[in-house]
Amino acid sequence: MKIDHYEARFAGVGGQGVILAGKILAYGMVSFEDCRAIETPTYTAQVRGGATKVDVVIDKNHIEYPRTEYLDFFLSLHQKSFNIYFKDIKNDAIVVADPNLTPKIPENIPQKLILVDLIEIAKREMGKTLYSAVMAVGVFAGLTRIIKESNIQKAVLDNAPKGTELDNLKAVKIGIELGKKARKSKEKIIKLSIDDVSIPESGK
Amino acid sequence: MKKSARFYSGAELVAKAAIDAGCRFYGGYPITPSSEIAEFMSVMLPKVGGTYVQMEDEIAAMGTIIGASLAGVKSLTATSGPGFSLKQENIGYAYMAEVPCVICNVMRGGPSTGLPTALAQADIMQAKWGTHGDHPVIALTPAYLEEIYELTIKAFNFSEIYRIPVMLMLDEVIAHLSAAINLPEKESLVIKDRRKPSVPPEKYFPYDTAYGDVPPMANFFEGYRYHVTGLSHDKTGFPTTDPELVQADQERHLRKVNWKKNEIVDYEYYLMKDAEIVIFAYGSTARAARVAVDNARKSGIKVGMMRFRVIWPLPEAEILKLCGRAKAIIVPEMNMGQLSDVIERYAADRTKIIRINHVGGVPIHPTDIHNKIREAL
Repeated sequence: MKIDHYEARFAGVGGQGVILAGKILAYGMVSFEDCRAIETPTYTAQVRGGATKVDVVIDKNHIEYPRTEYLDFFLSLHQKSFNIYFKDIKNDAIVVADPNLTPKIPENIPQKLILVDLIEIAKREMGKTLYSAVMAVGVFAGLTRIIKESNIQKAVLDNAPKGTELDNLKAVKIGIELGKKARKSKEKIIKLSIDDVSIPESGK
Repeated sequence: MKKSARFYSGAELVAKAAIDAGCRFYGGYPITPSSEIAEFMSVMLPKVGGTYVQMEDEIAAMGTIIGASLAGVKSLTATSGPGFSLKQENIGYAYMAEVPCVICNVMRGGPSTGLPTALAQADIMQAKWGTHGDHPVIALTPAYLEEIYELTIKAFNFSEIYRIPVMLMLDEVIAHLSAAINLPEKESLVIKDRRKPSVPPEKYFPYDTAYGDVPPMANFFEGYRYHVTGLSHDKTGFPTTDPELVQADQERHLRKVNWKKNEIVDYEYYLMKDAEIVIFAYGSTARAARVAVDNARKSGIKVGMMRFRVIWPLPEAEILKLCGRAKAIIVPEMNMGQLSDVIERYAADRTKIIRINHVGGVPIHPTDIHNKIREAL
């Protein structure tokens, strides 16, 4: 990792897999990027369908204060969690959201906004919306380059349940390509849909 | 960071440390934010020949670990505030019957069902006075993942050495936190086991003080039979109301921990040598305090921290000394002042006590503490 400190938040509702997304990212940073990372999930009493988030704090050195202070990255897969957890975000942070599930994002937010039809893409390309979280970490990697493409792929493979490795690899690759596409754009609001998906080579 | 470092959550470390300490039984009832500990134990225990039982409620869960421990098996349960309340009657039973066991409480907001899944340090006093009557208390408050592992093992050791239930008090931040850490080599661990009787069953008395304040403990199903009760009892284990015996027994119970206090108290000084302002903190709140101390030191403020790894018993002599010396004392807590009340008694008007009490479920931020440090100047 090129910078000293980075904070990311993935928010959604219980069952979408956002907590796993945070785990994969933190694991990847520690295992393959030679830095420290902690991951803290937050969920409500209503586990399935309740607002959920995971915070990942990444640092070159020891992390003393274990919570986020100023987020560099925020991703939302649901309006409910956007409303609760869209705070402490830097003005120059990147915000990613699925516009179908997070339809009410204020237009005047200062951050760069990337709207990706993550759920729809997961459903159409992978056959299951479940893959949207892994796709999201791919988007993160392609967009921010905080973690190398190859390293996020390794992290996904190490954390994928047996038998789902290839599908998860495909999902993260789709995410990476979408992220790269968004990175190239200079627009303040970028929209990415199923038409922007480039199918990566199938995993070996 | 060594290559062998592995990703652990706080909850997983409680489970791992328990098993490494020799725990082979878990009886529990899931409750957030402690449910992950039950989940890990349910996966890990069967692999080492241990037993996991999910009980019908918190009260029964506490009963199972007392029973398992009487049969010679080191036992753990995990819970949170509401469950901790329910367990208190049986915790008292474990004190009275002198049954070693460990109760992990991942604290959340209260009273009642309060703030599920959110952060608090609301049960510090319940750990001390939750069950009725006088009893010796050992409660540990780790602040780091490495420390969760270390202090969980210590909790089991204390429970075995003193034959008491021991409280392992976590908060949501460190229980849910995951990071890569290195664990100590298994060979380097110090594991204590209860002292067993050296006499045959016919000569054995379960509460025989001839062997010291902590009588040897026979396991059930090994030929030794004795009576276990929550009533005051004599050395045979059968109830007694003899005032002298009851008095002597109560005093012995308290002595078990009070006389060994020096071996139990556990704290860390951070930049305390020249500190004029002193922060007393524990658990994850201490991590915010440490950042605040570092920041204040940068602007030349002489501030330091005393952090309690064991919250009960407290190192009274050291606290008394600091209260006489410090210009001001700051106590940040995720409750309405459970430790500050105690510190205030030690301070006895000799110094100013500044409290920081957050109970909204969000952590105390280093800036909150930094502001109070400036206020103390």
